[in-house]
Amino acid sequence: MVRKYVGRWGLIVALAALPIYYGVRDLVHGYQAGFVAGHPVVHHDLTQLGFNFATGLSNGAIWALIAIGYTLVYGIIELINFAHGDVFMIGSFTAVGLYSVFGLTSSTGAPGLVLGLLAVLLITMIVCGVLNTLIERVAYRPLRNAPKLAPLITAVGFSFILQNVGLLWRGGSPQSVPDLINQGKTVFHIFGVPIVRGYLLALGVMIPLVLVLGRFISTTRMGRAMRATAQDPEAARLMGINVNQTIALTFLLGGALAGAAGLVYALFETNIWYFQGFRAGLFAFTAAVMGGIGNVRGAVLGGLIIGVIQALADSRMGPQWTEAVVFAYLIMIMVLRPRGLLGEETREAG
Amino acid sequence: MSDADEKNEPSTRSVTVTEGEPGPSDWSEFRAQMREWREGVERVLPPWWSRALAATLIVIGIVLPFLFSADSGFLNATIIAVAYAVMSLGLNIVVGFAGLLDLGYVAFYALGAYTLGWFGSGFFYKAHLHVLVSPVASTLPGIHLNFLLILVAAAAICALAGMLIGLPTLRLRGDYIAIVTLAFGEIIGVVAVNGTSVHLGGGMTLTAGNLGISAVDSPYFPGIGLFNELDLRPWYWLIFGILLLVLFVNLRLRDSRLGRAWVALREDEVAAVSMGIPLVRTKLMAYSIGAAFGGMSGAFFGTYFTVVNASQFQFGFSIFILGMVIIGGLGSIWGAVAGGLLLGYINYYLIPDVLNSLPSKIGLNFQLTEIEFGIYGFLLVIMMILRPQGLIPERRRRLELTGRVSATDSELGEPSAISTLELAE
Repeated sequence: MVRKYVGRWGLIVALAALPIYYGVRDLVHGYQAGFVAGHPVVHHDLTQLGFNFATGLSNGAIWALIAIGYTLVYGIIELINFAHGDVFMIGSFTAVGLYSVFGLTSSTGAPGLVLGLLAVLLITMIVCGVLNTLIERVAYRPLRNAPKLAPLITAVGFSFILQNVGLLWRGGSPQSVPDLINQGKTVFHIFGVPIVRGYLLALGVMIPLVLVLGRFISTTRMGRAMRATAQDPEAARLMGINVNQTIALTFLLGGALAGAAGLVYALFETNIWYFQGFRAGLFAFTAAVMGGIGNVRGAVLGGLIIGVIQALADSRMGPQWTEAVVFAYLIMIMVLRPRGLLGEETREAG
Repeated sequence: MSDADEKNEPSTRSVTVTEGEPGPSDWSEFRAQMREWREGVERVLPPWWSRALAATLIVIGIVLPFLFSADSGFLNATIIAVAYAVMSLGLNIVVGFAGLLDLGYVAFYALGAYTLGWFGSGFFYKAHLHVLVSPVASTLPGIHLNFLLILVAAAAICALAGMLIGLPTLRLRGDYIAIVTLAFGEIIGVVAVNGTSVHLGGGMTLTAGNLGISAVDSPYFPGIGLFNELDLRPWYWLIFGILLLVLFVNLRLRDSRLGRAWVALREDEVAAVSMGIPLVRTKLMAYSIGAAFGGMSGAFFGTYFTVVNASQFQFGFSIFILGMVIIGGLGSIWGAVAGGLLLGYINYYLIPDVLNSLPSKIGLNFQLTEIEFGIYGFLLVIMMILRPQGLIPERRRRLELTGRVSATDSELGEPSAISTLELAE
């Protein structure tokens, strides 16, 4: 009885606890909003919480794009593609490399910038999609019939290989990249919360891509093949679906979305380094698990939630604790509701 | 997944390889010849030969440091490689025997090293506790315990932590266990780095973060000699002794009731539980025993490197240890030792000392040590694709892969369908 309620509501309570706690604290104790003539100004409202949510949702858009790649791949071959976060990192590096190819600088005019960034987005998505497909071909397909541990290990191996490619490409320390879109510029306010260009960019890239992907999976022939393979590869094969090709397509889509996330990250954070993919990959995986692995809508929801948790932890506890908070939530999901918010019960997560 | 896959395979494969006969290719003929040759050798040797071999190896191990100068780089690499082998043996219990994929093993390295940092240095300078330490250390502030006591404490603390980490994974399987352990490992890493802001009162903090707890005590055993960086031999004998102990425990565990329970759980959890194996106790024992060995090795690393620094405890290290187990052969004790020694030597001797200047010789502008994790990644991928069973595979797995289990099954009158199952695993 207790277990049933914990299973149904435990995770939701745990997720709601963080914003509610900080919201109540802001209202009761107030927070320091700045200085006037040397004296701290204390506000008692929810603006800071709203600011956290705005940052969190736009961060979460990036995690959502990566999380879809995890969830698609896990849904179809039950593999945690550890190299996925590093494909995202390569996406960022490719995008930044393409800035100079297209001659994009922070002083480029608006029409040229939009066209240039669209071209960068397209090329980055293709590069990352192809990279992900190649990794599947080299490292996972030969191990299709091996024990499940084997492809997991090669995934970790490829993660290290890509990280070191990034290390040799751009050195070992974080590099700042040109702030092409002036991402910190406020566009408008909602309830006193400034909405900056970066937020609009992140959500403006994520939402159309997710809608197109959802449409692709639900209506096209290839999308139906993907769903069929995810449900039962053997039956799909008997029905004349080319399973290997469908799996390759899944990796292509996941990689392309990771590439898009890479560009958004470079524009939004204006800072890239070879190790960004590790953290991003784990956050996005947490998001995919939280939403219910194998479920695209769940991955988007999970990504946004993880983004908000991250923003709250970043601003309230300090960024050095963020990872610990997110991973604590990951463990909580595993204990309370292993199938995630929107997922179905699976053999793995009984 | 594997159920579905094995049916995907056309059944011709099982037809050609049943009954354990060599298949049509030259490769399996060659393997069959090797097997005959090995069996022939085993018949010729007297029954006590394996004990004699073990005794010879131990003697060689003991006299090995006399072949090198007392502060040589090779001896340094050997000490580290042996300590890695101890860790590899610990992880092999969790991943190899019990089949619980642990991606957060670095947590136990961290806890073991911090046990040393806490109980074997002046870090908790307000406390004064000295138990059986060298005359120098007994005048210093802080907690100073004898290294053997610290070793026991590290094993106990890690066993407890392993059990705690194991608890949330009991209901989960496969990849999900990997993720939970990974999350725990990362949390412990984050706490280690940020431990400077966790105050314990009296101005003391939990860890020293990236600055590191330095000036930790060296082991002190009257009669063996001084433990310092000029004479590495005592260090070597110490860790070699730990290795022998851990190896002995491992061998005894493998053939014990508990060891068989682990293998049974690994092979088929539902069947094992329905045969009366206590799931919770067996799994938690695997976690805690594996963790205890990691903690012992971690404590040794703490005192050997003379500093306990939070930046050592990264995810890459967990994979490094896992790589040893995989390269050696999952579930194989001698494989774990071989994998630990191999990667230890590659990491501390081959890459930094022998091959480091290779890229610059062929005109590339980087050093090999920068991309060592890329090299391990490459090794892991190659190993998994070419020789998934590892260098020295566990006997059970080798039999499965060469199809000999199916041969005995069919001798027992089982239908040959069993062999299909064994091969497709």
